[in-house]
Amino acid sequence: MITLEDVSVSFGDLSVLDRVSLSVETGEFVGLVGPNGAGKTTLLRSMNGVLPVDSGTVTVDGKQVGACTARELSRTVATVPQNTHVGFSFTAEQIVEMGRTPHQSRLDWSDDLGPVEEAMGQTETLDLRDRTVDSLSGGERQRVLLARALAQDPAVLLLDEPTASLDINHQVQMLELVTRVVGTDRAAIAAIHDLDLAARFCDRLVLLADGKIRAQGSPEAVLSSMELDEAFGIETASSENPVTGTPTVSALHDRPSRPERIHVVGGGPGATVAIRTLWQAGYNVSIGLVPAGDVSASLAAQLDIHSVTAPAFRQPNKALRDEARSLAENADIVVVTGGPGSASYSDDSTESYLDSRDLPHIYADLGGAGPRMARVDGGDQNVVTTATELLCAVEDVVNS
Amino acid sequence: MRLVLRTLWWSLALFVLLWVAILVSAAIGSVRIDIPTVARATLNTLAVPVGVSIESTSAGVGSFRTGVPVPNITYHSIFSFEVANSDQAIVGSLRLPRIALAALVGFALATAGTVMQGFFRNPMADPSIIGVSSGAAVGAVATIVFPLTIPFGLQTAAFAGGLVTAFAVYLIATENGRTPVATLLLAGVAIQAFLSAVISYMMLRAGDSLEQVVLWLMGNLRNSQWSEVEATLPLVVGLFLILLAYSRDMNVLLLGEEDAQALGIEVERTKQLLLAGSAVITAAAVAVAGVIGFVGLIVPHMMRLLVGPDHRILLPTSALAGAIFLVVADTIARSGPAVVPVGIVTATVGAPFFLFLLRRREVHEL
Repeated sequence: MITLEDVSVSFGDLSVLDRVSLSVETGEFVGLVGPNGAGKTTLLRSMNGVLPVDSGTVTVDGKQVGACTARELSRTVATVPQNTHVGFSFTAEQIVEMGRTPHQSRLDWSDDLGPVEEAMGQTETLDLRDRTVDSLSGGERQRVLLARALAQDPAVLLLDEPTASLDINHQVQMLELVTRVVGTDRAAIAAIHDLDLAARFCDRLVLLADGKIRAQGSPEAVLSSMELDEAFGIETASSENPVTGTPTVSALHDRPSRPERIHVVGGGPGATVAIRTLWQAGYNVSIGLVPAGDVSASLAAQLDIHSVTAPAFRQPNKALRDEARSLAENADIVVVTGGPGSASYSDDSTESYLDSRDLPHIYADLGGAGPRMARVDGGDQNVVTTATELLCAVEDVVNS
Repeated sequence: MRLVLRTLWWSLALFVLLWVAILVSAAIGSVRIDIPTVARATLNTLAVPVGVSIESTSAGVGSFRTGVPVPNITYHSIFSFEVANSDQAIVGSLRLPRIALAALVGFALATAGTVMQGFFRNPMADPSIIGVSSGAAVGAVATIVFPLTIPFGLQTAAFAGGLVTAFAVYLIATENGRTPVATLLLAGVAIQAFLSAVISYMMLRAGDSLEQVVLWLMGNLRNSQWSEVEATLPLVVGLFLILLAYSRDMNVLLLGEEDAQALGIEVERTKQLLLAGSAVITAAAVAVAGVIGFVGLIVPHMMRLLVGPDHRILLPTSALAGAIFLVVADTIARSGPAVVPVGIVTATVGAPFFLFLLRRREVHEL
């Protein structure tokens, strides 16, 4: 339906799109993701003919953009602009009616009510028809703009940040609406900066950075790709949203890098706090043994932390125990947090094991570690109880 | 269809109101004439053009003279009611040309004002914003101060001055085939400032003709001739019809240029046409009536309150309302205790009314 071949656009010396090639089929809803300034909006503007391309070709429904008139193109491609303020006292219906412009001759002043009402019906805006646009809320206005685009009866819908400045309820509503109107007989391309939303509603994601396509494919593949981290210049962790079952991405702090490796013993929420704190502070972290399915195990997987996982509810075999022990023995510091898995080091208690190997270790009771009996008994040792204390204790050991 | 009907009804109502204003205005003056007589005299004045012949008129500067062809139109009167000769002369030859010219100028200025406000998406825009009035003033003042002999000397110079200025502003603001509206606005303001310096200098050198200059600059319909109406009417009506045909494009342009492009409007070409159309229509009005402020600013705002922002109804109703407004204002100007230029009346009525709209927060946006 829409094909871009080697499209390049530059503003003066600044190259905004650099030989971008992309193809979108009818029935597809493609999400354009990428950092600010990646060229998402520029790419959309090259497709609706607003911006002439420097080189390459954009073809829509067999028509080459740039070679056909604005009127011709606007019968095939409709754009839903960013939800900016439309500061005129036009009514919602008048705005939607303007979507009929490409289909009516200049002197044809009839209302062309059929397609207008159909578009307003699809976007649930019929009850707003006599309200002026400046009295509408952001979500309502965005739906009216979508209705205007639908009134053009386009084969391709381009949406520029359709969810920007909407609350989560309206974000979801808006994208559900887009998915529905795309159906099977249109193609849609939307620039969306919210990665989770894009992953949830789009059939395919295209990752754009510095004017180039860095990755494209299924939301899962794009969001967990290394290119995502590079594109945004920050480490990200991708996991499955437990509610929607779609990928969700968290941006992680720009963390410092430290040479020391710290091994965490234990599991459950307490270990999770320890891993997160130490990882964010920039230490190399490992953990084990933890039962599969434990919160700390899944966090470790998201952060790409080396973990030794044992099958849940079963005694770990010797190989796993040895692996965990060697991680601990080669670590600079061991942090014992208690919780599930903390008692599986040897037949002796974890404490005596660590003492006997003379490994520098810290006991941490970081709260939420379950029932009292599962907590760490540090004997006469000090037990750190907060993330800050943990970091201080680790630093003390490192310095000594 | 709803819109077409609404437009027709509003236009018809305003058209009737315009005729009422014209008749009442023609009855007012140093000689009171009753309305029925005025109506008969007015009908007697109505005529249809039946033939055109080309005559040659001598024109030129100093000793350099050349023949300029001027069309001469012959008319046929439709009605011949019994009216006293003196009344017929007062109404038909003195008052009606002036009233007709006022209506025409008001029509033109309100049309241009509506287009400019939509074009610039700026409620302060009026027909003079791209320097047309200043340019026309330079042309007019120059012919008053340094007499030249050309047919319709002052009017031609003013018309040409207005168009040259508008075109210059357009060229200055255009880069790579695009004319950003904000640049156009600023270029217009700068050129206006420059031209008012030129006008001030010429006024210093004006000597005895200073009063004539001041009267022209304040907007003046004195000594209006039917010939001025004949020259202006086809231009104003023709341009109005072209602009009216683009009223839907103006609506879409209000959404912003990128949206308009995405909705199938050839933005730069449409902008050129709107700009050229309103520049010519303004230049024609200023050429025959001098600089009359506030009509083009205030009438569109007033009508927008009444009929809404859709240019398909706003443009024709504003044009007619502009005609009514200027006929009334000029009647006040010529029949008040002191005869003053009509520009003074429009400004003294218009400015407070604009402030009233501003306070009621009606004019914050288009």
